[in-house]
Amino acid sequence: MDDRVILRVGAKILIPFILVFALYVQFHGDYGPGGGFQAGVIFAAGFVLYALIYGLENVKKVLPPQAVYICSALGVLLFAGVGYVTMALGGEFLNYGVLAHDPEHGQHYGILLVELGVLITVFGVMVAVFYAFAGRGRVDT
Amino acid sequence: MVEFVDITLLLLLGITAFSILRQKNLFAAVMMAGIYSLLSAGLFVVMDAVDVAFTEAAVGAGISTILMLGTLALVGHSEHQPQHRPILPLFVVILTGAVLVYGTLDIPPFGDASNPVHHHVAPHYLEESEHEIGIPNVVTSVLASYRGYDTMGETTVIFAALVGVLLLLSLGPRPRRIVSNGQRITGTDSEKPVSEEEVKEAQEDTLQVSPEEKTLGDTNG
Repeated sequence: MDDRVILRVGAKILIPFILVFALYVQFHGDYGPGGGFQAGVIFAAGFVLYALIYGLENVKKVLPPQAVYICSALGVLLFAGVGYVTMALGGEFLNYGVLAHDPEHGQHYGILLVELGVLITVFGVMVAVFYAFAGRGRVDT
Repeated sequence: MVEFVDITLLLLLGITAFSILRQKNLFAAVMMAGIYSLLSAGLFVVMDAVDVAFTEAAVGAGISTILMLGTLALVGHSEHQPQHRPILPLFVVILTGAVLVYGTLDIPPFGDASNPVHHHVAPHYLEESEHEIGIPNVVTSVLASYRGYDTMGETTVIFAALVGVLLLLSLGPRPRRIVSNGQRITGTDSEKPVSEEEVKEAQEDTLQVSPEEKTLGDTNG
């Protein structure tokens, strides 16, 4: 891929915007379409694009497989953790109203954290599955 | 005008589905499947389900196309000639399709205000989520708060899917690699006994992606 200047430069310009757009989708999900799932997929797509243009070994330097495995478990833990925190504060499991004095603010914090958990897991899983497929070598046909 | 958009999208969807069926080149079939997802996303937008459309465009047209291309890099681009006659599968598919179409006859008419789905919890979500949750996007309110259990389950399912993929892809014989001293080794099932150091060295070698290894990025060439 060394000679494909347009692809390399184009990807280099695009990737930061893809990552920022993912964060926009994540944190604007309360007001418009989007949320953790879509944001996680878009965030992962940025890294997949990097891998496609610059090679798998280069993206693994930026984002080691161990890190994505940890991410994919961390998101689920964060989601369930929010549930246990609400229980500890005297509410039901995943009843975010108890997270702040004003139940409405509590709902905001809860949804923010939970969506963040979804983002982290989806991002981790998508990149990890891509690593698993792309790193498996190739059968010549 | 709305009918025109509907009919055009549905027509394109049908054409794409039919050409996927007829396509023998798997690379072209994967690209057509991506187009199919994009058209479905367009249909979801027409039906005002923008969140679903967003997911369909990102997952269906984006990531799964990439994963299918990754699979193609492993299995090759051309479809094998089928060894069996198509009569029985065709019969099963037509029967299943007929049963599914028969099932749709019981479904309440699309978009009718008197449908049961609009009279259970939906009115409560639409009217009260502004005060109870306080965020404008009702989809996010339902997804993350009212139906938090379901979303947690879905996140767990995604995680479980990763565990399944990793288990499946790490089982079985590893692809053969040639190590630096020219000796051919297999990762797990080598025929002759080797010393522990050699095995360790070999495993390290298989784990690290060597620069000359053919990765997905090179398959575009």
